[in-house]
Amino acid sequence: MAMTMTEKIMARAAGKESVAPGDLIMAKLDFCFGNDVTAPVAIDEFEKAGFEHIFDPDRIVLIPDHWTPNKDIKSAGLVKQMREFSKKHGLTHWYDVGRVGVEHAFFPEQGLVGPGDVILGADSHTCTYGALGAFSTGAGSTDLAGAMATGEAWFRVPESHRFDFEGALGRYVTGKDIILFTIGQIGVDGALYKAMEFTGSAIRNLSMDSRFTICNMAIEAGGKSGIIAPDDTTKAYVEGRFLRTPRYYSSDPDAWYERVYSWKADEVPLMVAKPHLPSNTQPADELSSIKIDQVVIGSCTNGRIEDLRQAAEILRGRKVHKDIRCIVIPATQAIWRQANDEGLFDVFLDAEAAVSAPTCGPCLGGHMGVLAKGERAVSTTNRNFVGRMGHPESEVYLAGPYVAAASAVAGYIATPDQIGAPASGEGRSQS
Amino acid sequence: MTALRGRAWTFGRDIDTDLIIPARYLNMATAAELAPHVMEDADPSFAGKVQPGDIIVARENFGCGSSREHAPIAIKAAGVSVVIAKSFARIFYRNAFNMGLPILVAPEAVDGIKEGDGLTVDLASGEIADLTTGVTYQAQPLPPFMQELVAVGGLLPYLRQRAATA
Repeated sequence: MAMTMTEKIMARAAGKESVAPGDLIMAKLDFCFGNDVTAPVAIDEFEKAGFEHIFDPDRIVLIPDHWTPNKDIKSAGLVKQMREFSKKHGLTHWYDVGRVGVEHAFFPEQGLVGPGDVILGADSHTCTYGALGAFSTGAGSTDLAGAMATGEAWFRVPESHRFDFEGALGRYVTGKDIILFTIGQIGVDGALYKAMEFTGSAIRNLSMDSRFTICNMAIEAGGKSGIIAPDDTTKAYVEGRFLRTPRYYSSDPDAWYERVYSWKADEVPLMVAKPHLPSNTQPADELSSIKIDQVVIGSCTNGRIEDLRQAAEILRGRKVHKDIRCIVIPATQAIWRQANDEGLFDVFLDAEAAVSAPTCGPCLGGHMGVLAKGERAVSTTNRNFVGRMGHPESEVYLAGPYVAAASAVAGYIATPDQIGAPASGEGRSQS
Repeated sequence: MTALRGRAWTFGRDIDTDLIIPARYLNMATAAELAPHVMEDADPSFAGKVQPGDIIVARENFGCGSSREHAPIAIKAAGVSVVIAKSFARIFYRNAFNMGLPILVAPEAVDGIKEGDGLTVDLASGEIADLTTGVTYQAQPLPPFMQELVAVGGLLPYLRQRAATA
């Protein structure tokens, strides 16, 4: 039977020859995790249900990244509870301040997740790892509690929707623009319960970092998962990094897709999602009347080295506008070191941007850049819901690093071209 | 199963988990701490108005966004007996079943019910009666597996039972 790669991975994890959309399976998990928001609730549920043992100390990580370094007494208490649980159950991996990173950048970087895996994370952006050719989906704390105890989770096999992007992307256009464009086209529930498979020459030509960005936001279209077929780019990333053996799957040529969307890559402009939904998109160059107060460059969506290089490319030799606070947050310690080694921090400091330790922080209005009433931010994060970055009457405009950095310079939403960035696009890491 | 009974509180589409329980309260994790802030950024007066048994009636994609189980926890802790919507975001749907907040998909009921209507809901049959208008609606039946989960009291009892019989 012809299957998509999502179906093949799920069949393997369910111990079946094949599965079809709509089937309910009990799947063996390769990896599961929760963070400082979701893990404490999972620990409570785990203990309340009377479980005493975890299924595998290598395959469970409780990661304190949302409020790290702990923003207040309550969050410190939550992280303490995670630390104690990890120790009590002998979990192999524990990452605290100085080692920890934003989970969806960190786990792939550390080789904890990889191709062919079935991954359940108590965080909605767990769909990120589909970029490696894994089936990876977000769930809640009770699901994590069950997963930690049994190493299994139930799933309904999703219908797959395919999103083809053919041809070359325009100048400064990245994975962020592709995914914002897609969500703008299909809406925030346009792929509800579906596996979103991204294909086409424009996707194959993307770096791993850009692929992570695309799959990261599948949830913002309602998707259960995002996935990209592993290729040489994937293999180069995984080799020497992934702690287990990769399993490379691809979709059969005659696999069934419930829907297929086809776009030319050069139709994708530099995109912005306006408040208060990621689907409320508009080309960035039409929004230059929008004055802003803050720019955030970071997060599980766009806090990787390629993103920081793109921001630095724009900020090099320029200053952040005097009315703007610009906050740069490398997503992991390794990215932080890499950015430092490449001299990117000199660029940010010369531009008068602040550089933070890795944290989810402002993305969810936690700390490190919370907005006051009436303030507006351009952010490379993934959600612009009401109150997401602070006061319920503040506003978030989502964009990629190029537009975010150009906006920091301009003081209003701007593209690199609108601030007179070099026309050559030299130094872009779009390979 | 006895019918649930309460007043309808209506909401629009794409009610996200930040509206249900804003992230600024996620440094807390217990039902008692979360309940006073339920739906705060959608309707700041909601937590003060909602009575035990009341029913949330919302349009498409209820619960979109984050995986925070704090969202169904806060709704349940505030006394809401059931959420009726045209559709649910998938993580919220999963979380609600796993932690025991009843939810029903009933598009026609959502179109017909007005804020403040008195409702009764029979979870077993999926029948929704609008006592104010006298109209009854039928929710979509639960898939058999979800019925099994509900019958044993949620995911963790189900997994324990399954491990015991394996």
